[in-house]
Amino acid sequence: MTQDQDPRHPQLPDRKLLMERSVPGRRGVRLPPSDVPEQPMPDAALLREELPLPELSQPEVVRYFTLLSQLNYSVDTQFYPLGSCTMKYNPKINDQMASLQGLAWVHPLAPTEAIQGALKLMYRLQGYLTELSGMAATSLAPMAGAHGELSGVLMIRAYHQSRNDEQRKVMLVPDSAHGTNPASAAMGGFQVQSIPSNERGNMDLAALKKAVGPNLAGIMLTLPSTLGLFENDILEICDVVHRAGGLVYGDGANMNALIGQAKLGDLGFDVAHINLHKTFSTPHGGGGPGAGPVCAGGRLAPFLPTPVVEREDGPSGETYRLGTPPQTIGKVAAFHGNFGVLVRAYAYIRSLGAEGLRQVSEDAVLNANYLLARLKNAYDLSYDRTCMHEVVLSASRQKKQGVRGLDIAKRLLDYGFHAPTMYFPLIVDEALMIEPTETESKETLDAFIEALLAIAKEATTTPDLVHNAPYTTPISRLDEARAARQPDLRWRA
Amino acid sequence: MDNPSTFSPYVPNTEADRQAILQAIGVASVQELFGDIPRAFRNPALNIPAPLSELELMQEFEALAAENRHAFQGPCFLGAGAYRHFIPAVVQAIASRGEFLTAYTPYQPEVSQGTLQVIYELQSLTCQLFDMDVSNAGMYDGATSLAEAALMACRITHRYRVACLDTLSPLYRQVLETYARPQGVEVYTVSPGTSVPMRDDTACLVAQHPNFFGYLEDLSRLEQEAHKQGALLVVSTDPIAMGMFRAPGSYGADMVTAEGQPLGIPVSFGGPYIGLFSCKSQYVRQMPGRIVGRTVDGQGRTGYVLTLQTREQHIRRERATSNICTSEALMGLMATVYLATVGKQGLRQVAELCYQKAHYAASLIQRIPGYSLHLRGAFFQEFVVRCPRPPAEINAALLNKGIVGGLDVSEQIPNGLLLCVTEMNSRQEIEALVRALAEVA
Repeated sequence: MTQDQDPRHPQLPDRKLLMERSVPGRRGVRLPPSDVPEQPMPDAALLREELPLPELSQPEVVRYFTLLSQLNYSVDTQFYPLGSCTMKYNPKINDQMASLQGLAWVHPLAPTEAIQGALKLMYRLQGYLTELSGMAATSLAPMAGAHGELSGVLMIRAYHQSRNDEQRKVMLVPDSAHGTNPASAAMGGFQVQSIPSNERGNMDLAALKKAVGPNLAGIMLTLPSTLGLFENDILEICDVVHRAGGLVYGDGANMNALIGQAKLGDLGFDVAHINLHKTFSTPHGGGGPGAGPVCAGGRLAPFLPTPVVEREDGPSGETYRLGTPPQTIGKVAAFHGNFGVLVRAYAYIRSLGAEGLRQVSEDAVLNANYLLARLKNAYDLSYDRTCMHEVVLSASRQKKQGVRGLDIAKRLLDYGFHAPTMYFPLIVDEALMIEPTETESKETLDAFIEALLAIAKEATTTPDLVHNAPYTTPISRLDEARAARQPDLRWRA
Repeated sequence: MDNPSTFSPYVPNTEADRQAILQAIGVASVQELFGDIPRAFRNPALNIPAPLSELELMQEFEALAAENRHAFQGPCFLGAGAYRHFIPAVVQAIASRGEFLTAYTPYQPEVSQGTLQVIYELQSLTCQLFDMDVSNAGMYDGATSLAEAALMACRITHRYRVACLDTLSPLYRQVLETYARPQGVEVYTVSPGTSVPMRDDTACLVAQHPNFFGYLEDLSRLEQEAHKQGALLVVSTDPIAMGMFRAPGSYGADMVTAEGQPLGIPVSFGGPYIGLFSCKSQYVRQMPGRIVGRTVDGQGRTGYVLTLQTREQHIRRERATSNICTSEALMGLMATVYLATVGKQGLRQVAELCYQKAHYAASLIQRIPGYSLHLRGAFFQEFVVRCPRPPAEINAALLNKGIVGGLDVSEQIPNGLLLCVTEMNSRQEIEALVRALAEVA
């Protein structure tokens, strides 16, 4: 037994790495011999001598990674109520369709006549997303939410430049925004200015009015906000920004609350990205792949990232081709976006149709409000109003008993639930942000509620129990300070 | 009763559940919960096709897929940044496990040790392949990885010019310019050893190795040239080529990036892929993206966590090293499983097969009247053929014979056709290509 093994859990796998499991001479797969006459090798100075890679047999490889997989929580195994992440069920048929040879093995640079099916799928998906967002056009090129944000702010930048309005350098971002918003604005060359929220969780309109001026480029808004609240003054906010010459960017991270209920374009947004790995059910993969298509209204559509798929109706029927918007911000990826993710999102939309998509947001909002109704006596609420697809609780009451939001989150792991998003949004004390999604049953929600009620009780009666959680996970709380102070970032012999 | 036309197999709530929940909330209808949305904009018409059953969906997809020609339908010699390599069955088997596939970014280390340990393995293997000190958990693709490396060089040197070799992929060059422009970073072309030298105040020299045309650059000379000027050397490489060629790190590169797709990931019409990213250890705190570190828990047991997070957007916001959040973790898993499965001997063998077959193809093609190899020097699995006719015509004629030819690079090289030959191309396919090229000359 290695020292890494816990004597209380002798069944837990040891944590040896690939290189530590390597035995010279073992191989995981057989490759064919060369079938061509031997060719002269290049100058030896160009060749490498050492190739430090592991040597394992196939059963060892499979067992190692399978055991590692079992150390993970996942949507396939457990309720995953991470706020703002929309960890909904990922339909299996979508994965199967994405792995069809005629989709998974199409080369991105193949001749146009050899890729008509792929282009048709992308063209239709562009259309669906344009329709659902209420915009004029869509580019599927961005490969994640933040990549879509970067594309969107670059479009705003290009728009102002095209009008010789280059002094517009200020991007407004609410204080409740995801960190990616200010980071994307900075990458887009903007100065970021934060706008505070008011006591209802809405944007402080007076502060907004004070902030707009001739230097205003635009505003980045998440709707509903990261507080899980619909911005009551959304029409006026868009109006104030537009009248000052700015544009409104929509972060589609919380689209699961709005899909089919309202369109961002109708409300006044000029450009928005959509996280296909959230609202459109593509699996998150432990941190990607995602896809962040960007949808634009009429003013910004000419600036979309290239490529976009165009359709031409000729005498012999319709044909599709990759095109470039006239004033494009350029390429944001080597090829055409995360096609395998686009395929899954297309399958999802085709499976649900308009009414099925509306049902998504209805049940997502219904489930979140159920949690809110049943938990609001045991936990504090910063804003006591109807929520959208997620509810933000505060553990400020428990903090007075010495139990913090972090402790509650870790204790939930013992009850068999993934932790909520913690300490975000930054403006809520001891925030616990919970997003149930529409794919959880009432029985699961009830069990989760019972767990949070039980933990609230434990916080009063046995705070140390909560404070030292988790107990049942493969490993307990890790020394993160040590990880940062003495970085050990790779295996070394 | 649920209306069968709106029934979704992904939603457990029945009408009875909904009623019970509405009662607990204390509202009469779901629509009341949407009361904050301005009434005039609520419930818009949606022009989306009617839903399909799973069976109908499969039929629609079979039809769409049949309208494509995929890379196994006959000989294919396209590369240029997306490569067809053999993928052991183990890779898909592991990547399909729901515990990996349907997990989120590992923010809760106690219940994410699987994903975290895999990322640590990926970081280790990336460093070992490229002979570098440290690596991150991966970027979106090879092009964005290179662009972020160039911006990182600007942050390190406080210089705002990036010199690119003229042999860099034009696709990568375009992405680099998209990223550089808003930062006020100027990207310009150099051709070392000629009359187009590096300029003062350059943050980094960017090279691709093997380059866009498949050839190895003289990295020793480029390293001297860059460092002499106080610039960093950034190299974008091919991980399969690392099975046989000296790694850029051994030449003194400061940052090495790569498209990770060749490591067990299907070409999938351009994505999802993964951008590998590594650098010298002194620059680790300027690195973009997620980084996993090894540490211990309260009982001294080894465990892994996301670390050095003060570089990242969720902590540092507009002062972060990048805006990247969700990246390509699953593709990182696939690359890791691929490398573990083919292992030390297998990667070498794959690289040598590509090299042998590509050189065999080149040796035959240059003997066809009218065709010649455009460049001299050592190449890996790609090379440029100068054709007797415009490459577009050659490719069209090849396609008529059931062969997907190469990439038309006549914009860079007159009548240039960039061909790629990997271990997937049999001798028969290569000889069929050669015969066809002779016929269409």
